[in-house]
Amino acid sequence: MDSFVDQYSKNSATAEIRRAKEMFEEEDGMDAMWGSQAGFATVASGLPKFTIPAVPDPSSFLRLHTDDHADPSCRIKIKHGTTTLAFRYQGGVVVAVDSRATAGSYVASGTVKKVIEINPYLLGTMAGGAADCQYWETYLGIQCRLHELRNRERISVAAASKYLSNLVYSYKGMGLSMGTMICGWDKTGPAVFYVDSDGTRLKGDLFSVGSGSTFAYGVLDQGYRWDLTDEEALELGRRSIYAAGHRDAFSGNTINLYHVKEDGWEFIGNYDVSKMHYEGPNGVGYAYELRVQGKSSANPPPDATEVPAQA
Amino acid sequence: MPDGSFSHPQQRQFNPYTENGGTILAIAGKDFSVIAGDTRQSEGYSIQTRYAPKVFRLTDRAVLAVNGFAADGNMFVKKVQQRLEWYRHAHAKDMPLGAIARLIQTMLYGRRFFPYYVYNILGGIEEDGTGAVYSFDPVGSYEREACRAAGAAQSLVQPFLDNQIYFKNQQAPAGQSHPLHLPLSDVLAIVIDSFTSATERHIEVGDGLEIYVVLTKGRPTQDLEGYRGVKELTTRPDGDRVFLIQRELKKD
Repeated sequence: MDSFVDQYSKNSATAEIRRAKEMFEEEDGMDAMWGSQAGFATVASGLPKFTIPAVPDPSSFLRLHTDDHADPSCRIKIKHGTTTLAFRYQGGVVVAVDSRATAGSYVASGTVKKVIEINPYLLGTMAGGAADCQYWETYLGIQCRLHELRNRERISVAAASKYLSNLVYSYKGMGLSMGTMICGWDKTGPAVFYVDSDGTRLKGDLFSVGSGSTFAYGVLDQGYRWDLTDEEALELGRRSIYAAGHRDAFSGNTINLYHVKEDGWEFIGNYDVSKMHYEGPNGVGYAYELRVQGKSSANPPPDATEVPAQA
Repeated sequence: MPDGSFSHPQQRQFNPYTENGGTILAIAGKDFSVIAGDTRQSEGYSIQTRYAPKVFRLTDRAVLAVNGFAADGNMFVKKVQQRLEWYRHAHAKDMPLGAIARLIQTMLYGRRFFPYYVYNILGGIEEDGTGAVYSFDPVGSYEREACRAAGAAQSLVQPFLDNQIYFKNQQAPAGQSHPLHLPLSDVLAIVIDSFTSATERHIEVGDGLEIYVVLTKGRPTQDLEGYRGVKELTTRPDGDRVFLIQRELKKD
């Protein structure tokens, strides 16, 4: 009974402590921070807490300083530009992504890991804000593990993706930016869900997200069949990202390829886009030039163009 | 300009950020890590100070470099150091490097809606004894890399590092391959050259250079002995070791 009274009283000792805690809890007073759980200890008591600027409209404040579409000279540059794809077929799910991150026209990184390994059975892809995707998909991994412990059963891809979409929906309008595909294999077989920060959640066989998605779709739609073999499927994923890396200035560098099967995902490999252009995955380059060379008078064989040496 | 009169429309903005110039960089080796930054702090075209450190020792095996808005950077480093002290009190050991990287992510992301305007690079020794570099964006996305430059002269220094560390656009001599890891002496030479060159071509870089070197436990130190004025900052014996090398850069 005492504890019940304390909970609502305004002047008891515990109320004092509660007020003191509330005052400092914002950033550096949480008990959990003393432990080893880092910031994520805050999930024990619900959602993590965020510092909000003390202005009438916090999201326009954020937009003022971070939105580089509206204002290219804004200070905090959020990395953009991507091609990611995932598709479902008879043998599982193929996930393929590029590795370029751009800030304006500067290539900020060419080695970004855009596939986020949520747990051994679930993959998420990264498009939009890199930090938003990394942070919330790690957070999703924690929630999926808790689901396993509570229910003695792995979470379905549908449930995991719905958890994420409900979560980002609760931040709608505050400036989160993510376009992700949650991929995995559950009781229903291979599954792919598209989730974005607007709150959209779609179940489907085939998705591509990012600035290069139109180029990837072009190759993907043309070559997609449900009864693809594993080799054909992986090659289709790789070839589609290559096409996007080749035609989209904001995509490129390298391709990361993953395959999701019944017993979890497997990393297939990392492929340099330029190397794919000239040599391909097994000596046959993807380049269009290599297919026209020597076939017409407009594209004569290399030795025919050489000027004969003067005596 | 808002003047308090009602005769014309006025707009006010909350602008708590500025840019203080400077550059930082870090390179990881097989059993060491080098983290460096210049010491000039400027705002616009005027130099505020010629000695404002941007690189900080966190533990005997972790060093953090911060660049961007100096006030946010100093506050952020202070908070990271506080969290690392709490960890020491709770666990009677230093936090491992990978855990510090994740901690920095959650601390930066905690300000997702009111970001710290800082670019962080964390360098040090991993628990398996390998050198490591982690780079962050202002809201906490991070990645482990072999080398990274950030700040005002990032676009001058990073291509140089791509060429010298990753051997990008270089052909290996016939029958040979590029070395997987560079020796410490080569890395230090590359770091010093990066900063002298950035000082020549970027107005916000110069004055002084601080190079932190973190060595794996038990690693010989003879390749540091050739450098003048090497200071050891290690706090505990028989662990990873931290050294500081200070150099002057041009002041014009």
